[in-house]
Amino acid sequence: MPGFITSYLDKSVQVTPGQYGSPFWALVYILVVFGGVSLAVVCMNWLERKILAHMQVRLGPMRVGPHGLLQPIADALKLILKEDIVPEGADSFVFLLAPIIILLAVFSVYCVIPFGPTHAITDMNIGILFMLGVSSLGVLGIVMAGWASNSHYPLIGALRSSAQMVSYEIAMGLAVVSAVLMTSLNAEGTGTLSMIGIVQAQYAQHVWFVFKFFPLGLIAFFIFAVAMVAETNRAPFDLPEAESELTAGFHTEYSGLRWSLFMLGEYAAMIAVSSIAITLWLGGWMRPFPNALSGPNWDLAFSLFPALTFFGLAAMTFYSTMRMPKHSYFRIQTIGLGAFAAVFALIGLILLVPPVRDRVQDVYWFIAKIAVFLYLYIWYRGTFPRYRFDQLMKVGWKVLLPMGIAVLMLTGIVGLRDDIFLFLKRLVHV
Amino acid sequence: MPQAAQPVATTFFFYLLSGLAVLSGVLVITRKNPVHSALALILTLLSVSGLYLMLYAPFVAGVQIILYVGGIMVLFLFVIMLVNIEQSEKEKQFNQQWLPGILAALGLGTLLVVIYVKGKAAFALAPPSMPEADNTQRVGQMLYSNYMFPFEIASLLLLVAIIGAVVMAKKRI
Repeated sequence: MPGFITSYLDKSVQVTPGQYGSPFWALVYILVVFGGVSLAVVCMNWLERKILAHMQVRLGPMRVGPHGLLQPIADALKLILKEDIVPEGADSFVFLLAPIIILLAVFSVYCVIPFGPTHAITDMNIGILFMLGVSSLGVLGIVMAGWASNSHYPLIGALRSSAQMVSYEIAMGLAVVSAVLMTSLNAEGTGTLSMIGIVQAQYAQHVWFVFKFFPLGLIAFFIFAVAMVAETNRAPFDLPEAESELTAGFHTEYSGLRWSLFMLGEYAAMIAVSSIAITLWLGGWMRPFPNALSGPNWDLAFSLFPALTFFGLAAMTFYSTMRMPKHSYFRIQTIGLGAFAAVFALIGLILLVPPVRDRVQDVYWFIAKIAVFLYLYIWYRGTFPRYRFDQLMKVGWKVLLPMGIAVLMLTGIVGLRDDIFLFLKRLVHV
Repeated sequence: MPQAAQPVATTFFFYLLSGLAVLSGVLVITRKNPVHSALALILTLLSVSGLYLMLYAPFVAGVQIILYVGGIMVLFLFVIMLVNIEQSEKEKQFNQQWLPGILAALGLGTLLVVIYVKGKAAFALAPPSMPEADNTQRVGQMLYSNYMFPFEIASLLLLVAIIGAVVMAKKRI
């Protein structure tokens, strides 16, 4: 066991555990990622309710724990204790299998997500292809859930969902291909499908792919950003579970733990597609301006960010603690909030230790970018009204798909412009 | 120091995947419920893509999952969901054409046995497998250089199929 640990911790190892061929570290990473994502889903659940509430000038959950901080735990406890019902006439095997399929599909995607040059479970040379393929398996789970429930609302929800996801997958694929083209066009080196390779290509070319061939990268990113919301069935594309029409869409008949598996799958899928977008267009784990602001001083300045974030959180929490009502009813809540502040400050202190600081900053920037995307998801939900189904199809097939094809062709043309000029010149001379 | 990862338990995974493929292939034709058949077919396709991975062809494996499992089988399920299952469960599962069936099975079986016995002599040993790292690039280069014509013909064929589907689906164009 110590051999395993030292084998990976030594500085010379600059590859992921999967490439290093160490099953032990791969397992550790799988467990860490699984736990981290589940924790992120719990936090996201609380944040979504809180932020949506504040957008609508409500308070949101306030009762369980200070500012409702323990609400997700209470919810999880409730869901676990609830009865697990299989409706009469349902195909029980498929009904029970469906949420598991969704979870498997979503969590398999995390195998190739690079949280840092060495912080990924593994690096495949078909990384992005693998991600698209495995995440498209999620549709199967939704279709199975809708059909097996033997009920009308779920069936309609599943039909809508499969039509929607299949149509938006195409636009998404075209946007991804144009980003993959950018790894090789107009630059040194060959193209790559590997997630780590794509981020390294952006580092080598000194540009995030959003800004490459302006505005082509930006348009491709926009197409992906729209398609990814549709892929995860979130507002404003949440027709498969439109509450006002279909009660809860494909998971109407699910209850208790299985229902919570669907929720876990949905939020984990949101994080997964956000990290695809970040890897392809927003520089993955790289900090802002890794080339322009390079040098030891800038490195040190940027590596302080994780600790500063946690100190900021600690300060905010401490301020809230001071503002808690001084009544004896609130004594336990005040103590709890103070404990939160202390924990944040402690984490901030740990992040200041030099070896931790160096190892953690890639992961920090990646997670910070994911957080922006997740906030956007909540913001969309608070802002946009739901699309009608024909509008949804029109946007997918008549707007995003032609745009995707045009961007793909233009990317090719702009990337090969020197060769094309050369060819034209030769044509003129002949 | 970083080292190339060695394949682990290759034989085990080969037998696991091929066993799964055969088993679920049998399930496809024996299940009465069409949805269960489709699910078994998905399992077959997934295990075949696993076999591609073992042959150091990651690109083919990825495309197999995206196209067949993520695309075609979802459309299959989409259609099957709308079919009345009770009616299809009452239908006869076998037609009575035993003679052609047995003949076809015998023919294919003999072919299998002949290839198994004489295979080594008839087909030379496969060239050493390409390294996994540049397999995808080589597939791309081959498709767009040596096999450009068949590739384009295939895409033309698909275009014809799309137009045919539109013509059949629309009464007035």
